[in-house]
Amino acid sequence: MNSTTITLDTTGLLCPLPLIRAQDLAKELAPGSSFLLLASDPGVYYDIPAWCRMHGHEMFQVEESSQENVIQMWIKTAETTSRSSE
Amino acid sequence: MEQPTKFRAVKAIALISGGLDSLLATKVILDQGIDVEGVNFFTGFCVEGHTQAIRKRQREKIKRNNALWVADQLGIKLHIVDVVQEYKEIVLNPKHGYGKNLNPCLDCKIFMVERALNMVGFDGCKFDFVISGEVIGQRPKSQRRETMAIISRESGAHDRLLRPLCAKNLPATLPEREGWVNRETLHDFSGRSRKPQMTLATEYGFTDYAQPAGGCCFLTDQNYSSKLSDLWNTRGQRDYELDDIVLLKVGRHLRPNHRFKLILAREEGENNFLKGYRQQYIQIDIASHTGPLALIDGDPNENDLRVASRIVARYSQGRNESNVCARVRFPDGEEKNLSIQPYSAHEIPEHWHIGV
Repeated sequence: MNSTTITLDTTGLLCPLPLIRAQDLAKELAPGSSFLLLASDPGVYYDIPAWCRMHGHEMFQVEESSQENVIQMWIKTAETTSRSSE
Repeated sequence: MEQPTKFRAVKAIALISGGLDSLLATKVILDQGIDVEGVNFFTGFCVEGHTQAIRKRQREKIKRNNALWVADQLGIKLHIVDVVQEYKEIVLNPKHGYGKNLNPCLDCKIFMVERALNMVGFDGCKFDFVISGEVIGQRPKSQRRETMAIISRESGAHDRLLRPLCAKNLPATLPEREGWVNRETLHDFSGRSRKPQMTLATEYGFTDYAQPAGGCCFLTDQNYSSKLSDLWNTRGQRDYELDDIVLLKVGRHLRPNHRFKLILAREEGENNFLKGYRQQYIQIDIASHTGPLALIDGDPNENDLRVASRIVARYSQGRNESNVCARVRFPDGEEKNLSIQPYSAHEIPEHWHIGV
């Protein structure tokens, strides 16, 4: 298990809200930070890797927990800053 | 606005809905060497996303956010912006009114262009112009020559709003006049036909693009708009929260009287989704038989709960029994069972169904 300091729980939220919440958190974190995303909408299986690829983030581990339908994604934000006003 | 200089490249922001038009419009400008970022606004009324995730029968399809897919195909960065709260003002009080249903398309477009123009890119710089996939005559409310001028003016973008797919049918914009983009490479599409776009997509090699029937917004849907009107009428105020508008996309909605409405799952995926609302709404299912889960929205009395249970039983495997056991769960965790007779088909009046 990777050690992460921040968990972003988006279970119960439907896409694209898990992605939006992850995007908003990533803007607040220092470059190179890691966080754990919890989600229940399987749409994250497409959305999060595509978003990571686009912005230089790294999704380094994915698990579907024994808890019902909870997807766990460990994400490391890009080393260079990618921010906007939103 | 600061002009681009030899030290700062021209930057544009493209409104990315996830459909074909915004894909093509952005590609046309990217091919001219312009630095483009995309933006997609999440209003809560978007057709994709929620419904894909809720309904089990749609789970065989590849689930993807089409705006993200478009940006990925184009190799551009995408801002996805949650505008649910501020978008309420557009839905509740559209200056230019509604379209055929509760779709405030013109106000919506003005809002999105204005928001896009005032954003800052991932590099911290403002954008020089906005790209939109609009085509003259494509949509009856917002995509007409007259309304395009209104959008340009009232968004504050004026001649910084470029519509590459129909630009040759419109006056030259600032990016064209300044030579940032070559007007000759832009297009002159018009009308409702999608053939020119499909031909251009083929030329670019795009094949797997989204083709949402009836647009990308639930507010253009008559059934959905009926449910939203019912929500406002029975609550006595025109307002909503995100959960309200998401639940309007789910299940059968039946209103036996002004005190309550029943939201009845149509399949397993919806059943599972509605279970997530157990701490907010009264839930009813049939304990003695297989059947749907239902939520009660409103303030039902004892008799209303029996009426609701009889409706739920009608859609259960116990519909032909003389008596079944309905289980009523309250948000505080209290439960009670009701022995009830399922309604027959003719006992459920047509007018109880909302938005069918």
